[in-house]
Amino acid sequence: MDWYPLLNSLRIAAISAVVVFFTGIAAAYYIAKLPRLVKGILDVILTLPLVLPPTVVGYLLLRVLGPKRLIGAWVLEAFGIRMVMTWWSTIFATVVVVFPLMYRTVRGAFEAFDETLAYAGQTLGLSNTYIFWHIRMPYCRQGVLAGAVLAFARALGEYGATSMIAGYTPGKTATVSTTVYQLWQVGNDALALKWVLVNIGISAVILLVVNMLEKKNLLTAAGRGRRQTA
Amino acid sequence: MSLMVDIEKKLGSFTLRSKFETDHGTMALLGASGCGKSVTLKCIAGIMTPDRGRIVLDGVTLFDSEKHIDLTPQQRQVGYLFQQYALFPNMTVAQNIQCGIRTGSRAEKQQRAAQQLRRFRLEGLEKKYPAQLSGGQQQRVALARILASEPKAILLDEPFSALDSFLKWNLELELSDLLSGFDGPILWVSHDLGECYRNCRTVCVIENGTSGAVTDMEALVHHPATQSAARLTGCRNFLSAQGCQGGVRLDGWGITLPLPAGDGPCTVAIPDGAVSLGAGPYRAQVFRTICDLNETAVLLRPAQDAAGPILRVSAPKTAAPAQGAAVAFDLLPEQCLCYR
Repeated sequence: MDWYPLLNSLRIAAISAVVVFFTGIAAAYYIAKLPRLVKGILDVILTLPLVLPPTVVGYLLLRVLGPKRLIGAWVLEAFGIRMVMTWWSTIFATVVVVFPLMYRTVRGAFEAFDETLAYAGQTLGLSNTYIFWHIRMPYCRQGVLAGAVLAFARALGEYGATSMIAGYTPGKTATVSTTVYQLWQVGNDALALKWVLVNIGISAVILLVVNMLEKKNLLTAAGRGRRQTA
Repeated sequence: MSLMVDIEKKLGSFTLRSKFETDHGTMALLGASGCGKSVTLKCIAGIMTPDRGRIVLDGVTLFDSEKHIDLTPQQRQVGYLFQQYALFPNMTVAQNIQCGIRTGSRAEKQQRAAQQLRRFRLEGLEKKYPAQLSGGQQQRVALARILASEPKAILLDEPFSALDSFLKWNLELELSDLLSGFDGPILWVSHDLGECYRNCRTVCVIENGTSGAVTDMEALVHHPATQSAARLTGCRNFLSAQGCQGGVRLDGWGITLPLPAGDGPCTVAIPDGAVSLGAGPYRAQVFRTICDLNETAVLLRPAQDAAGPILRVSAPKTAAPAQGAAVAFDLLPEQCLCYR
């Protein structure tokens, strides 16, 4: 069995998760401070990929990144790089599809943050950067981590937009999900089943991690306090 | 060391106008909840921005709308004790206190935090998290953290609102002891006159978003300058009256008190201590008695007028008149105050 699709899926999901981790947090933090109308509009635009069919996202990305389209043509001419049909093209698709998950989850976590803690930090002379990373983020850690894990899981299973922007080339753009589809189509049922089992195994592990984050309340300070007194 | 505040801020339909000046020592900002006390503190600390005005602390302008000066909260060096103390829940007591120390290497900060822990009798708690502390301990940590940041002024926002009342008295004592070493201005926000009286030298009453003059605590208690100030001192009787020859005449009671009033309608504040039940030239009917914790509240109406204005008096439980009884009483005019 050739393990390339698994390796490819894992690296794509990991890179996407890292990208949306930072962009999602930044968006959630700064958009919350904007005036109501702008916030509403940006909210709709950024959440749209969550409800759009992934094929529609893939189509829109091809319209922009394709070799004859605006950005795609410019990058091809300036750097000689084709932006579609490579293994990393998939990252564009997964990032767009997965971003709303991170953004929404983190925004929810930030909304639950007690702003007086930030004010207290400011009056004590702590820099806003310090307050963000040492007070706000630890307070919201559970939500932020849950968002990142969900984003990773969703990126791992992304099929629709991926198949449009990167297609299926064995050993190059093949991911677990496109491989399952391809094997089934050519009638290799036994191997398709193996990949399906691999997929189910990974998903189960991820859900287990999410449950641990939610149930045990391990990572919040209140949880830590309660555990020690108990 | 002095603090000068003269600011205006509109919040919805409510406009806050705060103007006062205080030197070192504790000044009370007294007023009912929602009158703008906390907003005033937030404007001084730099957490909220006033629409107009000036804030000067110790010769340094913190805010000036005309000169476009608006220092960040970090630059202002104003300590703020929040109602719920705002301890960082993810940090231990020692880490919380270290957060307040502005300068020095890591080792120096640790050393100074340890000193602060000893001074505030927090030894043994340094590795605990805020959620594991009692309310009083949390307050002490919050104060230790503020004093570690070497503030030029300290703002206390209802320091006891988060505590059970039976804990309050000794924590109050502790807080004033810990603050006694501080030589900058302290603003103590509260709606509790007793708490302010015990802890503050001067007082500024805020009413519906507008601050009054800064007065001596004693002056407020014995000669409140406005009706709302009188209400804060615990006075419950505000009777309408008319200015007349020789003083004011209480509507419905027909009693004339020799108070300087001038012509026209006015309001007379009659504190509990101004009424003595049992003997005197005036007659009343006991219309209701209410058994309170330590005393009995007696509601009086004019003897001949069952719909007349009510005068509320306190009487010792053992000597309270019965409901429906006719009583005689006297009024001490020197304790009553007349407001326009």
